[in-house]
Order: sequence, then structure tokens, then C-alpha cells
Amino acid sequence: MEERRGGRNSRTVVIEMFVLGTIASLAGIALGLAIEWFPEQASTQAGPIDTLWDVLVICSVPIFVGVVLIVVYAALLFRQRPGEESLDGPPIHGNTTIEIVWTALPAILLVVLCVYAYVVMRDIEKAPAQAATPEMKVDVFGEQFAWTFKYAGADGKEVTTTQLYLPQGRSVKFDVHSKDVIHDFWVPAFRMKIDAVPGVTTGYRVTPTKLGAFPVVCAELCGLGHAYMRQTARVLPGAKFDAWLKKETAESNAPADGGGSGATGASGAGDSGKSAGGGDKTASADGKAIFTKGNDNGATACGSCHALADAGSEEGIGPNLDEVLPGQPPTEINASIVDPEAKISAGKPGGVMPGNYKDVLSPAELEAVVTYLADSTKK
Amino acid sequence: MPMILRRPGWNRAASYVLLGIAFSYALSIGARALLSYGPLLDGESVLRIALIAVPFFFLIGLGCFTYWFRWAAGAPTVPEDHSGHGAKSWKSYFYPNTDHKVIGIQYVVTSFFFMFVGGLMAMLIRAELAAPGRQFVDSNAYNGLFSVHASLLIFLFIIPVFAGLANFVLPLMIGAPDMAFPRLNALSFWLLPVAGTMMLLSFFAPGGSFASGWTAYATLSNTSPVGQEFFTIGVQFAGASSIATALNFLVTIITMRAPGMSFFRMPLLVWANFSTSLLVVIATPFVAASQFFVLLDRSLGFNFFDSGQGGDVLMYQHVFWFYSHPAVYIMMLPGFGIVSEVLAVKSRKPVFGYRMMAFSLLAIVALGFTVWAHHMFVSGMQTWIRVPMMVTTAIIAVPTGIKIFSWLATMWKGVLKLDTPMLFTMGFLTMFVLGGISGVMLAMIPLTIHVSDTYFIVAHIHYVLFGGSLFTIFAGVYFWFPKMTGRMYDEKLGKLHFWMTFIFFNLTFAPMHVIGVQGMPRRVADYAEQFATWNLLISLAAFGTGISSLIFAYNMVASWRGGPRADANPWRSLTLEWQVSSPPPIFNFDEIPTVVGGPYEYGVPGAVHGVFGGTPATAGPTHDPATTGAPSTPA
Repeated sequence: MEERRGGRNSRTVVIEMFVLGTIASLAGIALGLAIEWFPEQASTQAGPIDTLWDVLVICSVPIFVGVVLIVVYAALLFRQRPGEESLDGPPIHGNTTIEIVWTALPAILLVVLCVYAYVVMRDIEKAPAQAATPEMKVDVFGEQFAWTFKYAGADGKEVTTTQLYLPQGRSVKFDVHSKDVIHDFWVPAFRMKIDAVPGVTTGYRVTPTKLGAFPVVCAELCGLGHAYMRQTARVLPGAKFDAWLKKETAESNAPADGGGSGATGASGAGDSGKSAGGGDKTASADGKAIFTKGNDNGATACGSCHALADAGSEEGIGPNLDEVLPGQPPTEINASIVDPEAKISAGKPGGVMPGNYKDVLSPAELEAVVTYLADSTKK
Repeated sequence: MPMILRRPGWNRAASYVLLGIAFSYALSIGARALLSYGPLLDGESVLRIALIAVPFFFLIGLGCFTYWFRWAAGAPTVPEDHSGHGAKSWKSYFYPNTDHKVIGIQYVVTSFFFMFVGGLMAMLIRAELAAPGRQFVDSNAYNGLFSVHASLLIFLFIIPVFAGLANFVLPLMIGAPDMAFPRLNALSFWLLPVAGTMMLLSFFAPGGSFASGWTAYATLSNTSPVGQEFFTIGVQFAGASSIATALNFLVTIITMRAPGMSFFRMPLLVWANFSTSLLVVIATPFVAASQFFVLLDRSLGFNFFDSGQGGDVLMYQHVFWFYSHPAVYIMMLPGFGIVSEVLAVKSRKPVFGYRMMAFSLLAIVALGFTVWAHHMFVSGMQTWIRVPMMVTTAIIAVPTGIKIFSWLATMWKGVLKLDTPMLFTMGFLTMFVLGGISGVMLAMIPLTIHVSDTYFIVAHIHYVLFGGSLFTIFAGVYFWFPKMTGRMYDEKLGKLHFWMTFIFFNLTFAPMHVIGVQGMPRRVADYAEQFATWNLLISLAAFGTGISSLIFAYNMVASWRGGPRADANPWRSLTLEWQVSSPPPIFNFDEIPTVVGGPYEYGVPGAVHGVFGGTPATAGPTHDPATTGAPSTPA
């Protein structure tokens, strides 16, 4: 009969493992809490979620450390040594007490975590108390590959824009829609996301807390341009936001007709609306309106992706039109809209800009956009 | 017709494929002429018919249906002379064969072929992601790469490779001469190369390969180019293969156990495949249905998912995940079985808490059907569903935890042989725990709202399927390599393979947790500048992982060709597959064994599992249990 394998008193080993495990767990937790996991916190929702993460890290590290420690110690203590090639271990088949313990304890821990997570969920999704400033509603529309936003304007009129501005400290309820496939409206700094689903209105609410610009990211695979479906949310002080909304309301309601097929209204914008080549029967369309809002036929607003000073768009997914258009004749601009893949600007990936403009824009609308672009970028 | 085209085989299969293509043209043009659709020739319509019809022409040509056709037609069936049983040379592996051992090897080798193809795509993906902006591929090709990568590795690697290992080992383990339905078994295998080839061919489709992810969410999948249908239809063949194999396993396990092998004397690998097969037969029809919906939407305008026509976009996700969550367990439970086998043998100890190990498998099967909507926490479904799904998702960690703790207890105080299969098993224990922990985190709704569809998910799924499933697959392949090939693998290379894989795997996937929480979405060909450093490191580590798999490939090929001959039972195992020669005789057992005890009675003096004609099958000379205080007599 040989000596006890493992070579050491089992009580000493257990104490040693316990001490080592505690030290490693504390170190692991310290590391887990020290890492800057999250982007900056820019909403009241972010705090509780980040705290939940910290709690989960604190609970998880000891479990992982424990398993690794047992595996490593088993390898060190009980590995087969020379001369033990035909040795067997002790025939231990189980232990009911210990099996009950390792069934019950994790179950209790998990239920407690679920209850905590449920409380956090209620917390981040609840409507603001009535006494606070009334909640603002923003309709969010996802389409390949841009977001547009609809506000209730200053005088009750609707304002549609490709820019997402939000007031600081006021609860915002997003109603999220999709015009084509599933997208996902995510602002990492706010920690909240929800799918934009065709035929369903989804949504969430956030209360922005921090001034600044934060990325808006599409998180659900939506096709070729999915990776480039990134915009910016800008949080302004309440008064500045109200001023912005008022200005947008005024601008958006000044032209008689925003989008449409161009058949109904005459354009009020002076710098666009030249009639198309020959035999144009429809009234001219508003190039600037199409640029900033798209049309009802499924054309994505150009301003969602292209910067253009005249239209006030600042997004940078596609080429900056103030830089690339000056000097281009209208025919070339026309060609780039009709077939975006024919000529790709340096440093930009192909396959992102929708190729359907020749189908969803009427000839008059296309003409109007081209004219507007040529005029507004003329130096 | 010349004889060569009439005899089942590759020549006939090739000519039948041409016939199938002609048939597809004829049916499409004929139907369009009849219904006066114009133009008569519609490429997509022909392609769609061909994707469904040509595989059948191929399989019939190869001879997979010959026996049943004769039987159904009332013609005299060829008397079973076992000519299609057992491999006569390497060529036998390229024809339908009814021997479960041949089929098992066909499965494993084919699956690993697709692993290397899918892995190569991962290398391309990481090359593209090494820096922000566009490197090598455009958005369309990139979306295609990660979609095909996932589809191949899920449907053509992890699921079938487990079926292949079990195909070889399981009948031997329960003392059966073969599977219950050998011809169905052969057909199940040959459906796989069909599905895999189809997915690969999608790259040649007009508009590129399917690019809506392996999840193929409507409405993206029913509006994308025709390459999508290579997935939609390919999954049907892979799924049919899965279902047929699972039925085969169930019937085999229930009816063909050797005398004396009660359910509670079955090795845990058998239990694991029993549980997996239950999952497969119940769940797989759902993924088939989800893809049929998409196919009908695309080809016949059914509007299942057109919200403007009363369709329901979210229904796709419910039906899809009702399969695809259990599928995670389909990809994990057989691995649990392998781990139990390897750990018991390599620790020289009985599996700790055998019955709880079996019951926890069944608990996972039952609970596995109650958690699917945790994939949909941000999908916009009814919000209340999230809460019960959160609770069940957290609770399913309990039976999984029981298994982990029992494995740790199995190792404790054993005599651990730290060779390659054991190293992969121990690697699995540590890595799978990490995947499990991030899984529990993902059960928590508020956290998931932030991290769903990010690289945190990518990290989680790879810790589960790579650190979990793939590590057990490697353990199983090394463990049964001597039995399957009759040769020993190279232990040094095996250990090198383990350590390289273990290190580079962690360097690849651990940082993904960080960039995911920081806000990098998944499935993107381009990303914000702030993630550039991490992504470069991840890409470099990924190439290391890729290189480590080449060591494995070399070891397997070289050892199979020229490794030292293996003994019947090199691991001193008690289970039945090790009691026959390596490789096993053509009909497995010259004499059906009688099972007289549990499968893991290591350290019990004189214990036996199976008895052959009165001779106990032992694990070599029996020895004193190591740490019992009382002296014991040698048996």
C-alpha cells in the first residue's frame, strides 16, 4: 500500500487553495472593476446597467477562479507520476450532501440575480414621474442605410430631419419604426437599444444627462451598408434644443411640399426647381427637400450620409459633398446618383449607397436634386 | 445505356446530375409556357428548382435509394450479402456504405473538411477586420463570408462531427453490431456533402453568397439576392440528415443495448446522445419550417413576413430560435458525453454522481425548450415574455453547473494522465465555465439590452462553441483516434496543438468581450477608429489559432498513415468499445457481450462492465485503489 497520493495533508491543501482563491478572486474583481468596459454614461439609464455589470463581475470572478484553481491543483497534486501507470483512483461514486449543495447554492444565487435584474429593468424602463417636465416623443425611422427622426415641432407641426438632437435632462420616448428590413436603434452611451421592425412600433425611453455628441449605431444586420449605418445623437441644453426645434420647424414648413412625387405642389425654394429637359409635364420637385428628407417612394434622404453645408447636414458616412462636388458638371452628379458604384471616392467602401435612386426618384425629382446639388456647391 | 452509367456510383451520379439540371430547365420552361409567363427562361426559377431537385438526382445516382426503390416497386431486393458493409480500401469511403464505423469516419473527415473551409473564412474575416476601413473584400463579400462561416461550422461541422463520433463509438459502447437503420445511416451522411457543397457554391450565385447571417432574419433574407436560397435549401438537407441520424440513435439506444445494459449502466456518452437526439427530432423541424417560410415568400410570394400584407416579421425569429436555441445544446451535450468518458478513464475514477449527470442532461433537454426568446430581448416582441425567459435562462445554468462540479469532483484524488485528450478536457472545463458565465450575464435583461448584437455576443458564442464544443471534439478525436484508425497519434504534436490552441483561442476571443461592451456591433466590415488596436491584436491571435489547427491536421494525417499500431485498449478503459480490437472487427463483436456492472468502476477491485463468453472484460491488471486507508486485496 502506497502513501496517500498528492503528498500533502488534505486540510493544508484546502486552506492553501482557499487563501489563494480569495487572493486571486480579489485581484480578478479589482481588475474586472478597473477595466473601462463601457462607453461614457450619457443617460440616467446607464448608471443602473453599469452597476448591474459590476455586480455580475463580482459574482462571476470567484466561480471562474474556483474552477480554474481546482483544475490546476488537480493537475499538480494528482497527476500520474512515473511508476503509477497502472494505478487507479479511489472508487468514489458521489456524495449526496455535496450534490445537493452545488445544486441549491447556484440556484439561489441565480434567482437573487434575476430579481435584481428585474428591478433594474423596471427602473430603466419606467415612465418619468408626472411632476417632471413632460416627456418628449421622437419617431425614429430606420431604412437602408440611414436613420430619420420625426419630432412634434414647436407649433404642433411635424418636423422630419436626419439630425438627432435631444434636450438634456428631459425624458425622451423613442417610437422606432422600419421602412424596409430590421434595423436596431442603439446609442451605446445611453446603453439602450431596440430593433426597428417592419410593421411594428417598438421603442424605449432615455433621459440624456450629458451634453455632447454620441454615436448612433445600427446593431442589427440590415444589408450591405450595415457597418456604415452610423449617425450622431447630439444632446443640447433645454433652451438651445428648443431654439433648434423652432428653427427646424420654420425651415421644414417653409417649402410648400416636402417630398411627394412632385406632382402636387410648386416649389417655393428659389434655387431649385428648374424644369427638366424637354416635355416635362410635372411641376418641378424640391431638390433640397428630397436631399434632407427623401421622398415617400422610398428614397433615402441624401443628408443622412452626406455632409452639405447648404442643407445643414453634418454626417460623414458618404463623401462630403462640399468637397467632392465643386467642379463636377450636372451630368456627372446625375451619373453618381443613378449608379453609385460606377465611381467610388477614394477611401470610401463601395456597396453602401442605395442603388435604387433611379427607380424611386421621378425624373423631375432626380433633376431637381442634381440642380440643387450643382447650385449649392457652386463656388 | 452503358453499364458504367447504370451501376450505382459516381459515374451514374454525375450523369444524373446533368439529367437533374435538364429536368430543372424543362420543368421551369414548361410551366412558364403553360401558364404563359414571359420570358420563358427565368434563371432564378431554374436555379431554385435545381437546388431542390439536383441533390435528389445525385443521391439516387450514387445509389442511396436503390434498395428502397426496388422494395417499393415490388422488385426482388438484393439479398443482404453485406457487400456494402465495411471498408475494403480507402475508396470504400467515397461510396455509400452501411457500416456505422465507415459512416462514422466519413462523417468526421467530411466535417473536418468543412471546419478547415469555415476556418479559412474566419481568417479572411479577421484579415478584413485587422484595420478599420476596407482591406480586401467589399461589404457584400464580407457579409457573405461571416454568414457562410457560421453556417458551415454549425450545420456542417459541430453538429455532424458529434454525430460522426457517436456513429462510430456508440453502437460499440452499447454492444450492438451496427446502428438500427444502416441504410438510413448511409443516406444521412450523404445529405451532408450535398448541403455543404450547396452553401459553398452560393459564392458563385449572381449577387454573391447568402449574406444575412446564419440567422437569416426575415425580411432581409426574403429580399436579398438569390444566393440566399443556397442557405434556405441547404439547411433543409443538413436538417434532414440531422433528424434521420437522431431517429437512428434513439432507436439504436432504446432497442439494441447488449443484455444487462440497463439505462443506468449506459456510458454517459450514450446518455448524452440520447438527450441530443431527443432535442434534434423535436426541434429541427422548426428550423426547416422557418426556412420553408422564407423560400415560399421568395419564390411564390406567400407574404409570411411582409408586414404590409399581414405578415409577421417577428414570427420568423420565434420559429427560428425555437430550434436554434436547443441547437446550442445539440452542439454541446454530445461534448458533455465525451468529457465524461475521457475524464473517468484519464482520472481512473468513477464519474462523480453518475445519476445526477444523466438527470441533468434530461433537465437541460426540457429547460432548453423554454429559453428561446432570450435571443429576442431587443427584438421588439411582447415585453413581458422577457421576464420568464430570463428566469429559465438563468436556471438552466443549474444542471450545467451540476455537470461542471461533478467533473471537477471526478478529477479530484484521481490518477490524472495528462495527455492530449485530457488536456483538451481540462481546457474545456475552464473555458466552458467562462462561456457559461457570460451566458448567465446575458440572461440579465438590462445588460443584454446594451450588449446584444455586439462583439460581447461573438465572444460568448465562441467561448461556448470553440472553448466548449470544439475542445471536446478535439478531446474525442484524440481519445478515439486509436480505436478508429488502429494507430496512435503523436502525443508531442497533440500537446503542442493543445497549448497553441488554448493560448491563441483566449487571445482571440477574450478581448472581444471588452470591445463588445465598449460598443462595437457585430457583423460589420468596418468599425470606429477607437476599436482599431484591439482588432489588430485579435486578428493576429486569430491567425495563430489558424496555424495551430494545421498542426492538428498534420498530426492526424501523418499518424493515420504511419503512426505506431494501437493496442485494443491503450487507455485501460472499461467500456465495451475498448474490449474489441483497434480498429474493431467488421461486425464489431464476435460475441455479443453481457453487461454486468456500471461503465466507470475504476478503482473498484475486480469490477467489470461487460463479460464476453464468461471472460470478464477488465481494464488491464487491477490494482489497489490509491488513497483508501484500509488495505485491500488485489482482485
